[in-house]
Amino acid sequence: MPLKRRQIAWRAAQDLKDGAYVNLGIGLPTLVSDFIPADREIVLHSENGILGVGPAPGANEADPDLINAGKQPITLVTGGSYVHHTDSFLMIRGGHLDLALLGAFEVAENGDLANWTTDDPGFPPGVGGAMDLAAGAKEIRVLLEHTTKAGAPRLRKRCEYPLTAAGVVKRIYTDLAVIDVTREGLVVRELAEDISFDQLQAKTEAALRPAPDLRPLRGPAV
Amino acid sequence: MIDKRVKNLTEAVAGIKDGSVVLCAGFGGAGLPDALCEAVVEQGARDLTVVANNAGTGRTGLAALMAAGRVRKIICSFPRSSGSVVFEELYAAGKIELELLPQGTLSERMRCAAAGLGGYYSPVSVGTRLAEGKEHREIDGRMYVFEKPLRGDVALLAADRADRWGNLTYRKSARNFNPTMAMAADLAIVQVRHLVELGELDPERIVTPGIFIDRVVQVAF
Repeated sequence: MPLKRRQIAWRAAQDLKDGAYVNLGIGLPTLVSDFIPADREIVLHSENGILGVGPAPGANEADPDLINAGKQPITLVTGGSYVHHTDSFLMIRGGHLDLALLGAFEVAENGDLANWTTDDPGFPPGVGGAMDLAAGAKEIRVLLEHTTKAGAPRLRKRCEYPLTAAGVVKRIYTDLAVIDVTREGLVVRELAEDISFDQLQAKTEAALRPAPDLRPLRGPAV
Repeated sequence: MIDKRVKNLTEAVAGIKDGSVVLCAGFGGAGLPDALCEAVVEQGARDLTVVANNAGTGRTGLAALMAAGRVRKIICSFPRSSGSVVFEELYAAGKIELELLPQGTLSERMRCAAAGLGGYYSPVSVGTRLAEGKEHREIDGRMYVFEKPLRGDVALLAADRADRWGNLTYRKSARNFNPTMAMAADLAIVQVRHLVELGELDPERIVTPGIFIDRVVQVAF
């Protein structure tokens, strides 16, 4: 069974290390905050100057002065703090974040990331903090659906869309697999049940290799 | 006697010249100098280059200034967001020029101007379209692109509290670009929710010291 979106987020959350400072990108990665294991303290960073992003506020408790990078109302956890934008991006660019979990349009087998524009002429481009995060965080992992809605592969030999950063992605979580980007190419660590390795390869433009200890990819009902 | 308070929005934005580079603070709906932007519509300056993270939402604030045809060019990181209708109309009609910068590059270029620096080498955007045409340099084995300082003639800012010296405090994520833009413009104008007596702001909590601020106006927002 392919994982649902929330299950992809759950799976990525299982790999978070206790004490890590982490930025969650807009969209699918934002869902990761719902699944942080209870035995770990993770400090979530938001580009607009927040360390310690907490859950969404209750009804009627939203504060318009307290939003995340996706402009949604949030809360601050106990121990959280505010900085201004330049210091927030100093944290990003200076390698102070342990991990950024980002969304993507495409990832290439060499770790190239494309997640900021599709060059749609009717859609003015926006880059936000994507290039800063991709160049600056100590580690980049990506969450995305394995193929487009039309079934086209998103894991490519080379990205078709303009790059956000070259050679930065280390691990990829999809609805079908957990894949590491290595010097020898893409290595499948976990594979969804009811799909064969050959079927996964058929949905992937880049060449895949199974890990010696290839494991099943399962998610709880979330 | 230092007193940077002005009586109203008209006095706050007086003298902004045509062709100015205007740094406009805020991120999403937080920390936006909407009242000052709308006052600039009345004031009349045109042919402006605006530096802002987003390109305005709805028909108020920065969007009102753009809708009035006063903005020739916008330098920002993320122009399109829900409600950025005015920008999208102008962009589709070819009536506004867009320069796109990574968000941290936008901010750090202004900090360089504030700090009197001639620019800096950044690893951000290397290998991408946004680095094309910029000087590249390898330093200790890593590639960087050169980014020039970005200075404003005017900064339009929003803060929570101010005293007559122009010392400022902010609330939560409404701080965002305000402190950097305050430091990076020749004329820094701030709208504040609360004016307090000199001495009421805890010196340990002042984020923007008054040296960077020229005019303070109190408005409800």
